[in-house]
Amino acid sequence: MSTRWLWIAAIVLVAVAIPWCFYDVAHHRHSGFMISMLSQMGLMVILALSYNMLLGQAGLFSLCHATFFGIGGYAMVHFLNAAGDGSLPLPMEVMPLLAGLSGLGLAIVFGYMATKQRATAFAMITLGISELMATAALMFHHFFGGEGGVTTNRMIDQSLFGLNYASGIQVYYLILAWTLLATAGMYYLTLTPLGRMANATRDNFERAQFMGYDPRVVRFLQFSLSGLFAGIGGGLYAITYEIVTFDALASPLSANALLMAYIGGTTVFGGPVLGAVLITLLQSGVSLLSNSWLVYVGVLFIAMVIFAPAGLSGMIRAHEPIRQAGRLKRLTVPYLRLVIPGLALVLGFVGLVELMSFLTIGAAQGKRLVLFGHAIDVHAALPWTVSIGALLIGGTWLRFEAAHFHRVWESLTADRREQA
Amino acid sequence: MTAAVSLRDVHKSFGATQIIRGVNLEIAPGERHCIIGPNGAGKTTLFNLISGRFPITSGEIALNGARIDQLPPHRINRLGLSRSFQITSIFHRLSVFENLRCALLWSRGYRYSFWSPLWRQKALNEHADFLLHDLNLATRRDIPAGLLSYAEQRALEIGMTIAGGASVILLDEPTAGMSNTETDHAMALIRRVTQGKTLLMVEHDMKVVFDLADTITVLVYGQVIVSGPPAEVRANRAVQEAYLGALEG
Amino acid sequence: MEIFIISLLNGLVYGMLLFMLASWLTLIFSMMGVLNFAHASIYMVGAYLAFTVSRFVGFFPALIVAPILCGLIGAAIEVWGLRRVHHNGHIAELLFTFGLVFIVQRLVQMTWGMLPMAYRVPPLLDFPLFNLYGANFPAYRGFMLLISAGMLFFTWLLLKKTRIGLIIQAALTHPAMVSALGHNVPMVFTTVFAGGCLLAGLAGVIGGNYQTTEPGMADAMGPIVFVVVVFGGLGSLAGCFIASIIMGMIQTFAVVIDYSVADLLRPLGLAISGDTLLTELLTVPVARIGALLPFAMMVLILLFRPRGLMGTRDT
Repeated sequence: MSTRWLWIAAIVLVAVAIPWCFYDVAHHRHSGFMISMLSQMGLMVILALSYNMLLGQAGLFSLCHATFFGIGGYAMVHFLNAAGDGSLPLPMEVMPLLAGLSGLGLAIVFGYMATKQRATAFAMITLGISELMATAALMFHHFFGGEGGVTTNRMIDQSLFGLNYASGIQVYYLILAWTLLATAGMYYLTLTPLGRMANATRDNFERAQFMGYDPRVVRFLQFSLSGLFAGIGGGLYAITYEIVTFDALASPLSANALLMAYIGGTTVFGGPVLGAVLITLLQSGVSLLSNSWLVYVGVLFIAMVIFAPAGLSGMIRAHEPIRQAGRLKRLTVPYLRLVIPGLALVLGFVGLVELMSFLTIGAAQGKRLVLFGHAIDVHAALPWTVSIGALLIGGTWLRFEAAHFHRVWESLTADRREQA
Repeated sequence: MTAAVSLRDVHKSFGATQIIRGVNLEIAPGERHCIIGPNGAGKTTLFNLISGRFPITSGEIALNGARIDQLPPHRINRLGLSRSFQITSIFHRLSVFENLRCALLWSRGYRYSFWSPLWRQKALNEHADFLLHDLNLATRRDIPAGLLSYAEQRALEIGMTIAGGASVILLDEPTAGMSNTETDHAMALIRRVTQGKTLLMVEHDMKVVFDLADTITVLVYGQVIVSGPPAEVRANRAVQEAYLGALEG
Repeated sequence: MEIFIISLLNGLVYGMLLFMLASWLTLIFSMMGVLNFAHASIYMVGAYLAFTVSRFVGFFPALIVAPILCGLIGAAIEVWGLRRVHHNGHIAELLFTFGLVFIVQRLVQMTWGMLPMAYRVPPLLDFPLFNLYGANFPAYRGFMLLISAGMLFFTWLLLKKTRIGLIIQAALTHPAMVSALGHNVPMVFTTVFAGGCLLAGLAGVIGGNYQTTEPGMADAMGPIVFVVVVFGGLGSLAGCFIASIIMGMIQTFAVVIDYSVADLLRPLGLAISGDTLLTELLTVPVARIGALLPFAMMVLILLFRPRGLMGTRDT
């Protein structure tokens, strides 16, 4: 138990200190890129965690989560503008709560409708809600500003600490503070009767009924509360970027939330945090290098659905019994044996995708494929044969090694299962 | 004296198929009542009707005098009726302790609270632990319920059924799939935890039935052919025919 | 008046196209319990394949080749993907098909590029079928109606009149029993899934030059198809048909209606003025909110009649 607190403290410390590791001493400023990426991470952590309140904790597959994030953003813009006018004398630090309440309000309305249904119908109705809201945001100028969105200025000069939030680093710390607050809130929720019954309803809808609980009410409340936290994230988004367009509530963002939560792992509370950090990192990094970012994410996602439904954090947690038995070291060699074929498979796949991409899209855009400074001719046979070869060889070799790994794993966990 | 559970002319059809054809039944409070009958007689359907899982086609069902046939399951449960399932129905990803604690929540008045932290509720946690010991599952406290052995899961299921303090307990084939020793343990548990409550049980194991029951009802093709004390049922011709086939003479 | 008739016909064409896509989607859901999010993506692939094939051998061979290829793709997805995910539960299946959407989208972009393809109506069918009040009704649309009506007939025939259809219907609700009777149920599932993809591909072949063949096709068509499926009721072909026609009509007619709610209220003496969100909502002409209508309708029907129009099971 206490090691967990140590981990959390370490993470918080890192989060606080990390901007300073990229501080440009000569010019007395922080790295804009780092601050931007870290701020985005904070927003995505809130989005992914609040999404997991539905998917992982309540077993609700929602496709309209970004709707509440977006509404929080739009509402925040209007609140900030009102504050700028002088008609809303609230300090900046408290404002995200207002955005959260906006998200909560909309989630109550839509949640009442959606949670009347189960499973697939629920997913469909959330899909309809998402499309409805995104289309409305594009159409109506009044609240949504139509296609151009709405803009604001975050320098409202109302603060508890006398900050004007002009610089990115101040905004980052505001985001960090609220991310910690929201995370703590969502975690606390899991320890309450509602949180537990949400889990119970997920595991067995009928059983929950025969315990006196109306599972629909449980889901409705869980849905509404997740809208609260998503709204907070949206509010912070508005503060950061000072502009909110329909992208903030469109389905790609909802899909993103799903991706982050799922890849990070829906069965562990901190899984979505891991997913959000990872995906944001990859997005910032890989999307700079490659156009085909979405293919990689899609394939990773599908691979996880098939082979590792518990996500990354689930896979890490699966090691726990082995670690407790002190046998973790025995996995080192099997893991190492996976590295080379795995790498070959990944590189072969990436190579193939990139080659294909440059053949069609890149050519149209006049780009050339450059690897370590060498220009690669996408029409030559060599790069193709190398990629396909790596893919095939890596693939078959990996299957062999994976089977071996599986045998080792089974033998290490066998006695645990015998005890059970 | 009002019956704990009363069924009046209950019919149930699924589409064109009639499953329950006019059942009349009265179960006295505190009674140990077993329902037996050949496969397909409609015993589980009857349970489903009483507990509100399916709506009835016609008739009336009352719990302690109040009509419940139009109510959803959670309402019926709140009025004091609880049931177990033929196929083990527990929260497989929650720990054994959590399963029991969840079963206690509503009756302890916690409702949909999202502000009271569960770890601070001393009385609640103590009661859950007490149940854990009573069910002989204390060593399995923090293990996910899905990992328990079959007999342990059945015990947990029974525990969850009675945890809420319901006065009428419906058990659907609680000893299904158990060995003789396991059955004996289960029956001892059931006898103990249903003291002073009304027990309605579906069972196939005749030894269990004739040992435990105050009253036995025999259901064949959706109709009650006899309902009374064990001796009466044992001697009844129609029952013998239903189970053993028509006899000579 | 002429607008009405032309819109009616156009609405019918569009509605039948929707039905081609929605019908097997609802069948697949009925049978396998999985809603294939990638269905519209296969539609897109069909359009693109038809474009490429027709450039080499002409439109009519493409009409046969492209759907078959889509069917094969569908079979591959079912055998190597869905079957593996099945034991992880319904949500895993949904997630799987959801992930497919991204991949197919990008693969299409990588193979054909990001620009719209010049997929044209074949010259053989490019003439006005008849002339109504001065407006031409293109023969190609008549051809589309022919194909989609043919597909409707074929589906009905297959399910109601053939032995395969009987097996499929049985496997819809009692796969275990059908399996016990000696039928290869996994094979039935694969066939149905592949069949659905084949027809989605066919819809793409004829729809691709009715609409524009571009990478955003799937995103444009997909949500509407889901609305149709849910509105008509999951598992009901008749409901699906009615819903498709209704949706087709609504979308087509909405574009020509230039009135708004405010226009309705004006004769009653209620004038709307001011510059608030409410006035915007009331004064926006129906033509502009046409895109919203299907979703609003879906949300409403799921609220009040969760089975949809004629659904056979609660979704």
